[in-house]
Amino acid sequence: MTSLIEAAAVSAGFAGGTVLRDVDFHIDPGEIVTVVGPNGSGKSTLLRLLVGAIPPRGGRITRRPDLRVGYVPQRLSIDPTLPLTVSRFLDLPRPADRAEKLALMDRVGIRPLAAHPLTGLSGGQYQRALLARALLTRPNLLILDEATQGMDQRGSAEFYALIEALRAETGAAVLMVSHELHVVMSASDRVVCLNGHVCCEGTPEIVRSAPEYRALFGTGTHGALALYRHEHDHSHEHHHHHHQQHDERGTGT
Amino acid sequence: MSGLFSEFMIRAALAGLGVALAAPWLGVFVVWRRMAYFGDAVAHAAVLGVALSLMLELPVVLGVMGVAVIVALAIAAMETPRGGIGADSLLGVLSHGALAFGLIAVSFLPGARLNLEAYLFGDILAVSWGDVAVIWGGAAAIVGVIAWRWRALLTSTVNPDLAWSSGMNPDHDRRILTLALALLVALAIKVVGALLITALLIIPAAAARPLSRSPEVMLVAGMGIGAVSALCGLGLSYEFDTPAGPSIVAVAVVAFALGRLMPARSAA
Repeated sequence: MTSLIEAAAVSAGFAGGTVLRDVDFHIDPGEIVTVVGPNGSGKSTLLRLLVGAIPPRGGRITRRPDLRVGYVPQRLSIDPTLPLTVSRFLDLPRPADRAEKLALMDRVGIRPLAAHPLTGLSGGQYQRALLARALLTRPNLLILDEATQGMDQRGSAEFYALIEALRAETGAAVLMVSHELHVVMSASDRVVCLNGHVCCEGTPEIVRSAPEYRALFGTGTHGALALYRHEHDHSHEHHHHHHQQHDERGTGT
Repeated sequence: MSGLFSEFMIRAALAGLGVALAAPWLGVFVVWRRMAYFGDAVAHAAVLGVALSLMLELPVVLGVMGVAVIVALAIAAMETPRGGIGADSLLGVLSHGALAFGLIAVSFLPGARLNLEAYLFGDILAVSWGDVAVIWGGAAAIVGVIAWRWRALLTSTVNPDLAWSSGMNPDHDRRILTLALALLVALAIKVVGALLITALLIIPAAAARPLSRSPEVMLVAGMGIGAVSALCGLGLSYEFDTPAGPSIVAVAVVAFALGRLMPARSAA
């Protein structure tokens, strides 16, 4: 099948210098792709290129004619003087069908907050409102920029589980940028490791063992990764461990 | 017909209403996007525009509009801070620079010098039927353009990349906003004068904030507050012989203060 969006040998930069050089990137229908990379690696620039906010300096970006992007930005710049409830926000950029809006607010768990000002929400509620707005545009590509900022680890794990479920329900492809490698990578079909150029790319397993990836993220992250894989892969044993701990404590006293 | 309802008062009321009803369409975005300094700079440039139009014997509206557009575009081009000066300081330099050069330019015109006060503080009681027609025509153009771009402007105010991803062009819409602002300055200079145009932009919109739970309500409430301020301000000016432009702004400020004192029940 044709890619939803494809970047060929794209470079980008500002007056200060080059941020991305010679990047090849594509995302296919229904795929979950995660872009990882250290600060200043050009992750945000790549997203801005893909949504059309900045033109590439070189190379070309091809969008499938039926591409509909649902964009979940990292943050909004809502001045306190701008009165905007969750419900009104979901009508951006254009008014949504009322029933569909209510159903989606239910689905992501923010229905009770419909009349609530957007600026008063917690981190998790805020991201869910942003997600609901993006879904209302009926996207075939959902783009999330550091979506779990300001959430605790459990909150972000739940959020990614929701994303995976929504992908299954809507069939939309998902492109995520995140620094929370251990959580986000496990949910992905494909991981692209970026550092001004594409260092390595492939399934989470392949990228994890790539020397380029290890060189970028070092052993600290690797430890967190291992921890997560342990929790994730052995979730049944996890309970068991707890029981054992209780038992041990029991025998100890 | 005499007194409060004499013809010149009716013309003044119509001129004031036209500007007051158009200003909040831009005023809300000036407030939401924190462009107050920008509005000030463009408004101050109007004085230079007046001087140039009198020198070149052009209609004042055209000269003011032209200079306001040039200054607005120059500011937009310099928007990315560089050379160790912050964006607000740069706007301060441009704003007061435009005012200073404008005042000097006016001083070279023997006739205009006497009228300086009219351009700084407005001369709404002296508007002609032609001025009223220009104000309402311009106001209709501003309302039409902003109503047409409303969703796109609101979306890019909330997040420009969100607008890009929806197939809109925030740069394009910002230019439209800037041009509309220059037009409003040209219309308002006769009503409240160069020094108080920003007040007319910001104060009714800001006064509407505590009454509003949605962007659209804030716009409509701003128009209402603006219209009441224009009419009451003129009435006060007539009754107590106070300058008209400042009286209009003073009523708007009182409305703003009253709104702030209200219980915060609708602080959406």
